[in-house]
Amino acid sequence: MKLLRLVPVNTNIQFINKRLMAFAFSAFLIAASIGLFLSQGLNLGIDFLGGILIEAKTDGPADISKLRREMNGLDLGEIKLQEFGAPDDILIRIQKQEGGEKAQQAAIRKVKAALDSSVVEYRRTEFVGPTVGAELREAATWAVFSAIGAILLYIWFRFEWQFGLGAVIALLHDVITTIGLFALLQLEFNLATVAAILTIAGYSINDTVVVYDRVRENMRRYKKMPYEELFNNAINQTLSRTVVTSVTTLLALIALYIFGGEVIRGFSIALIWGVLIGTYSSIALAVPFLLYIRPARGGEDEADEAASGASAS
Amino acid sequence: MIQIANWNKILIAVICALGLLYAIPNFFDEELFADMPDWLPGKQVNLGLDLQGGSHLLLEVDIATAVRERLESIEDSTRRMLRASKARYQGLGTANNAVTFRLRDSAQIETVRTELEVEYQSAGFSALGTPLQEVVVTVAEDGAFKLQLTEQAIQEIGQRAVEQSIEIIRIRIDELGTREPTIQQQGKARILVQLPGVKDPERVKIVLGQTAKMNFHLVNQSDSVSQAIEGNVPPGSMLLPSGETGSDGRPLRYLVHKRVIVSGEHLVDAQPSFQDNRPVVSFRFDTIGGKKFGSATSKNVGRLLAIVLDEKVISAPRIQSAILGGSGIITGKFSVQESNDLALLLRAGALPAPIVILEERTVGPGLGRDSVEAGKVASLIGLALVLIFMIASYGLFGIMANIALFFNIALILALLSALQATLTLPGIAGIVLTIGMAVDANVLIFERIREEVRNGRTPISAVDSGYRRALTTIIDANVTTLIAAVLLFAFGTGPIKGFSVTLSVGLITSMFTAIMVTRLFVVLWLRRARPQVLPV
Repeated sequence: MKLLRLVPVNTNIQFINKRLMAFAFSAFLIAASIGLFLSQGLNLGIDFLGGILIEAKTDGPADISKLRREMNGLDLGEIKLQEFGAPDDILIRIQKQEGGEKAQQAAIRKVKAALDSSVVEYRRTEFVGPTVGAELREAATWAVFSAIGAILLYIWFRFEWQFGLGAVIALLHDVITTIGLFALLQLEFNLATVAAILTIAGYSINDTVVVYDRVRENMRRYKKMPYEELFNNAINQTLSRTVVTSVTTLLALIALYIFGGEVIRGFSIALIWGVLIGTYSSIALAVPFLLYIRPARGGEDEADEAASGASAS
Repeated sequence: MIQIANWNKILIAVICALGLLYAIPNFFDEELFADMPDWLPGKQVNLGLDLQGGSHLLLEVDIATAVRERLESIEDSTRRMLRASKARYQGLGTANNAVTFRLRDSAQIETVRTELEVEYQSAGFSALGTPLQEVVVTVAEDGAFKLQLTEQAIQEIGQRAVEQSIEIIRIRIDELGTREPTIQQQGKARILVQLPGVKDPERVKIVLGQTAKMNFHLVNQSDSVSQAIEGNVPPGSMLLPSGETGSDGRPLRYLVHKRVIVSGEHLVDAQPSFQDNRPVVSFRFDTIGGKKFGSATSKNVGRLLAIVLDEKVISAPRIQSAILGGSGIITGKFSVQESNDLALLLRAGALPAPIVILEERTVGPGLGRDSVEAGKVASLIGLALVLIFMIASYGLFGIMANIALFFNIALILALLSALQATLTLPGIAGIVLTIGMAVDANVLIFERIREEVRNGRTPISAVDSGYRRALTTIIDANVTTLIAAVLLFAFGTGPIKGFSVTLSVGLITSMFTAIMVTRLFVVLWLRRARPQVLPV
């Protein structure tokens, strides 16, 4: 049987030589992400802003404009109404109401009373009060930063600090551009998105670690080889694995995106993006970056077996 | 790496067999395993509320109100005590979390202070064996007293209020007929309520959200309501809204005496019923309540008696005659369900303090079913794509990796079932993601073996060093992802926790299947086939 080879044997693509192109591209991505974040902002979901979300199945295709008129006549501030995945499925977002938690419940009842005639099933009712919204915001921020910190520590412990720094730079790049993607597409940014970002962080590091591992191994094996060539070899040697794993993960995620339902579509988009950008950043950023901070070569013997031990820095 | 001890092989086989055994119940009807003893595999994965439908409510008990009420009762008992000991005082009141008053006669300061301190000793003892004070009494030289609750007393009041609230919420939910609710305290003042498969979440919220403090007050008929509305509320009276609307279309308001004739604490039963074809609630007092009610009604025949629920007048009927039997009915503008709910609330008792709903996540049964269906389809298609791709890329080794992937999924399901962890929609996404990432360890190994073969190693030596070299990489790569997953668990809530659980479980099982199970297959095959060339 002829086996499928996405990456030809013994590739020797000059990744390191093209590093400035990659740096420029990434700098552009990051600048654009920050720009979008500052100008457009994120479409924060009720998890973080507080507010009410109702998803309902209507009796036949929903008359969005008529429902929107009715909703806005309720005097509950801004109400967003949209079709959600199917013509008879609507999603209603109501902003945080003045007057504490009781007022929120009153608003839910009011909206439901107005909808009752055209709705056959309330599929989701979510309400997050201002207190909980602020807490979730704080918890999410903590989760992201402590994850990045903990990963940095682990890499530092297992490799030299230079690798830790390189890995975290690639990781921050992936996280920032993911946020940029959400700002660009105005996808809802909610708790699930934070979960996606942390998973992306995990995946991105996973990918970086595999290439770094090979860099470290080659550094021990070829003491005299110039860094450029050594790094380039490491990337090429692991390229097939990098591509195959990205493809299997993407296959699973694309299935999730297409068949997983409307509720987790944003989540799937984030993960798909994360796999793509995570793969790119470990090759194009994490490794070339090492050229500038030059990790010290290990003092072990120039022996083949030296690479096999799990000996940390 | 190609020497696998026999006991090791047996262990791997046993773990895989157990995995299958515990995963299997998930593919059959739950009823089939209902009679199995607990220790046998028969448990299915616990579906989260977002998959089976239901309500998740986060409530907060208003502890400040409970503390204020305790201070008010301290004010009352202090007044009684001062009167009993014939001490002359002025300005007794509650403000800024303290009860304050001033003794006129400074000679009495010490006796009053001792009396107060004895009165407000709490039941507990300190570590030194000295009695603990509920209240700290400070006295200025001019005889100004200040009674403050100790920090510990405030905490105890809060904790008691939360515990009592949980009890009452449990009774209310049981009466609503919800199956298998979860009600638990979270943090200092919060209560998490989870109601799987709840039919009418709005009604549940209405029933849970009411304090249901009911009192009977006489209506003040000698002063004018309209003057009170303008701000001249006579002392000893209060202006309360009602559920009825007046002739001007605005809610009718009542001027009632503050003094409580009988409080709802004395109710022993309440049932929905009908009078003149209109829904009403009939109730019964305990002996003390019945006596109080009897004497109050006999003294006030012809006057209006306001039935007040949570500072709102339900109705204010005229007392036709003395009601001596200790039971009566509440009329009002009720629908049938409202009279049912009111009876339920009165039976369950009042909450010690008001509660508010901080967060709600309700999923209807339809969306839950659709999500499970979508999750199944996405997992199966994702799985099929990965399986095909692996065979196309690695041939025979790909098949071995696929069998390992199959055991991996069985182990994930088995662990989730055995741990009774909750599977949520993001959790399903976690499984799908794991399917894609689980083969990574095998990919690393296979690619390494290919490389070793290219470097001129024999098949056995290539496999051996392929595994050896890939191992550290696999561990490093998985531990970093695991770090992210564990932090997600620590900071996440509800469904997100479910995602981090399946992701972590998936990472661990995929490391096991890739390193142990596939390796076992590869080694067994190497021994049997003794290939000259590896088919990778």
